[in-house]
Amino acid sequence: MRPYQKYSGAGKAKNRQRLKERQVCQNRNKIVDNLEKVILEAGLKDGMTISFHHHFRNGDYVVNMVLDAVAKLGIKDLVLVPSSLTDIHAPIIEHIKNGVVRRIESSGIRGTLAAAISDGLMDIPVIIRSHGGRARAISCGEIHIDVAFLGVPSCDAYGNANGYSRENVAASACGSLGYAKVDAQYADHVVLITDNLIEYPNVPFGIPQSQVHYIVKVDKIGDPNGIMSGATRFTKNPRDLLIARHAADVIEASGYFEDGFSMQTGSGGASLATTRFLKDKMIAKNIRAGFALGGITGQIVSLHEEGLIRKLLDVQSFDLKAVESLKNNRYHYQIDASYYANPDNEGSAVNQLDIVVLSALEIDLDFNVNVITGSDGVIRGASGGHSDTAAGASVTVVVAPLIRGRMPTILDKVNTIVTPGHTVDILVTDQGIAVNPLREDLAYNLKAAKLPVSSIEELKAKADRVVGKPEPIKVEDKIVGIVNYRDGSVIDVIRQVKKER
Amino acid sequence: MSRLRRTMLYVPGNNPGMIRDAHIYGSDAIMFDLEDSVSLNEKDAARFLVYNALKTVDYGRAETVVRINGLNTPFGREDLEAIVRVQPDVIRLPKTERAEDIQEVDRLLSQIEDTIGMEPGTIQLIAAVESALGVINAYPIAAASPRLVGIAIGAEDFVTDLKTTRSLDGIELLTARSQILFAARAAGIDALDTVFSDVNDEEGFTNEVKLIKQLGFDGKSIINPRQIEIIHNIFMPTQEEINQSVRIIEAIQEAERKGSGVISLDGKMIDKPIVERARRTLDLAAAARVYV
Repeated sequence: MRPYQKYSGAGKAKNRQRLKERQVCQNRNKIVDNLEKVILEAGLKDGMTISFHHHFRNGDYVVNMVLDAVAKLGIKDLVLVPSSLTDIHAPIIEHIKNGVVRRIESSGIRGTLAAAISDGLMDIPVIIRSHGGRARAISCGEIHIDVAFLGVPSCDAYGNANGYSRENVAASACGSLGYAKVDAQYADHVVLITDNLIEYPNVPFGIPQSQVHYIVKVDKIGDPNGIMSGATRFTKNPRDLLIARHAADVIEASGYFEDGFSMQTGSGGASLATTRFLKDKMIAKNIRAGFALGGITGQIVSLHEEGLIRKLLDVQSFDLKAVESLKNNRYHYQIDASYYANPDNEGSAVNQLDIVVLSALEIDLDFNVNVITGSDGVIRGASGGHSDTAAGASVTVVVAPLIRGRMPTILDKVNTIVTPGHTVDILVTDQGIAVNPLREDLAYNLKAAKLPVSSIEELKAKADRVVGKPEPIKVEDKIVGIVNYRDGSVIDVIRQVKKER
Repeated sequence: MSRLRRTMLYVPGNNPGMIRDAHIYGSDAIMFDLEDSVSLNEKDAARFLVYNALKTVDYGRAETVVRINGLNTPFGREDLEAIVRVQPDVIRLPKTERAEDIQEVDRLLSQIEDTIGMEPGTIQLIAAVESALGVINAYPIAAASPRLVGIAIGAEDFVTDLKTTRSLDGIELLTARSQILFAARAAGIDALDTVFSDVNDEEGFTNEVKLIKQLGFDGKSIINPRQIEIIHNIFMPTQEEINQSVRIIEAIQEAERKGSGVISLDGKMIDKPIVERARRTLDLAAAARVYV
């Protein structure tokens, strides 16, 4: 373990992990009757590491299904390394209590599971990684996956799998398999779980047959309503719209808004809505984007189909429109998490980004951003691609309301650092804009455009006048989470929140 | 520049979230409501909340308006006693029916101002007319106090009083709107239109705003920040109107310098109403941050 030191962007730990060995017998039947059988055949034993992807978001059945089967077989002490966990994974709490799961490494944890872990449920802290950091950890051997259990919405009998199908309507379609692709590449054993077997060869595929050992057919791998959760619906919240409008103004004035620019918008109402206001500016100024990256949404797809964004690089498809586009549009391309954001390979897409718009739960006077713990100190979010894109993009815009409920968004120090401030350039709130003093060039451009730029201290004072200073969160000594920066260093820890007795 | 009242954003006095953020959307005025949006058992709490908000939050350039309860209710006087002390720009009196209603508020305001050592006449008034009787008395009401800066129509109660309902084209409101407008103009104050409650009907809203602008209204109460931009766009003068107005004002200034009594531009005489319209056009343009 090493502490975070200012990230330079120069990769130090090169990937030394060889891609995994191939199976001896290539022509055997890969299809196995059921989960329990496949767990035994893959040789899963106590203490091993298993991985999952979170492309099914809140509609995922796979994690719970596999853990139930593992528990039934009496296997204990597993290390869980999913790309992320959501509300639907609350049953993991029981598997932690009964000893099936000993440790968790994930990008994010939400809901009751997150609350229980924050409350000290586990003996060993969870490790939080960014999407790029996870890909790096897997490819350099820091994470060694014994068995990857990957839900796939379409698959043939030899293991060519994808997040959609061009041959039928995949019931559990999720679009890109970006996060799962890395697991398939590096795991010792790859088990695909599907509810949609397709005649060979299932092209196009996101995961190739050459990386797949076993295939299990089940009734359902996910709930379409949860997979396509409404999280990316266009917001009607007037405050989010106001922030989005300001963000679009900022992008227009940044100096990077010119033909061929590239962009990514993070999840969250305001950052997603920025696209809509940017669109008007693109049309007005006759500017087209070269590519959009990351989690792809229907709004981004609309711009692509209207010719305003030339190409889409898709590591995760957020809604049905994005899935349909990946299926049908030739310049909408599926990428894996390493290609997307691994800081230690020979080039990740985030480094080509001009502009990224990200959300924040908290931001501090040094522009450090917290997206993992709430104002109560409890884990509730995900690191995701936040720190990856912030480090890679030329302009990192963070959007957040100045005040949430009774809590100010700007603090002296954030409770948990996920993204270091020197990679964050501009904060856009509903009540003003602050530019990181490291970016005098941007401050100059925004002021020249007569945008309401002030210092982050002034914005903080504005909020503090209304809601006052929050009491610091009281914590126990016990560390419940370790936040890794994308380069593998430890940038912060999360402690158990003290309960009021 | 005279005060613009194109948009008056209505904020329930018992909604802390909306009260806290009301100024960020750029409406010309914010109306904190202690009356119809607050249920009887929350009257005290809402009064306390609005009092503290006005004391604490910097509402920037927005005009702050508080709609108090009527003086014939148990709450109206207490509303005034509390709210005047945090000095909103304007008190809006609901359900005004006679000039006497306004005169009574005026008297109470003067008493409170005197008690707390505030400059007499500091607090301005807007009268809301919401009944047939109020519409009939529109002019006496509009002329009832030097504190009055505007007269507004509140349509929901008014159509109930008329035994009808609101329609999209607003035919049932036409007479009342015109009457209010005449009263406002005769008294030299602003005429303010009622809310349009279907937030999702952008087309209906747009048509109504065009209608009231054409009638001559200065602005409109609104219930959602999303309605602000639509009104401001409709009230925004065209570039041609702006250019012409600039030329008119320049012509007057030129004439004043020369000491010439009669002013003409392009061979046409410029009289007072033309100058006033030009000034108003430039005010609107400045508010929309159109470069003149």
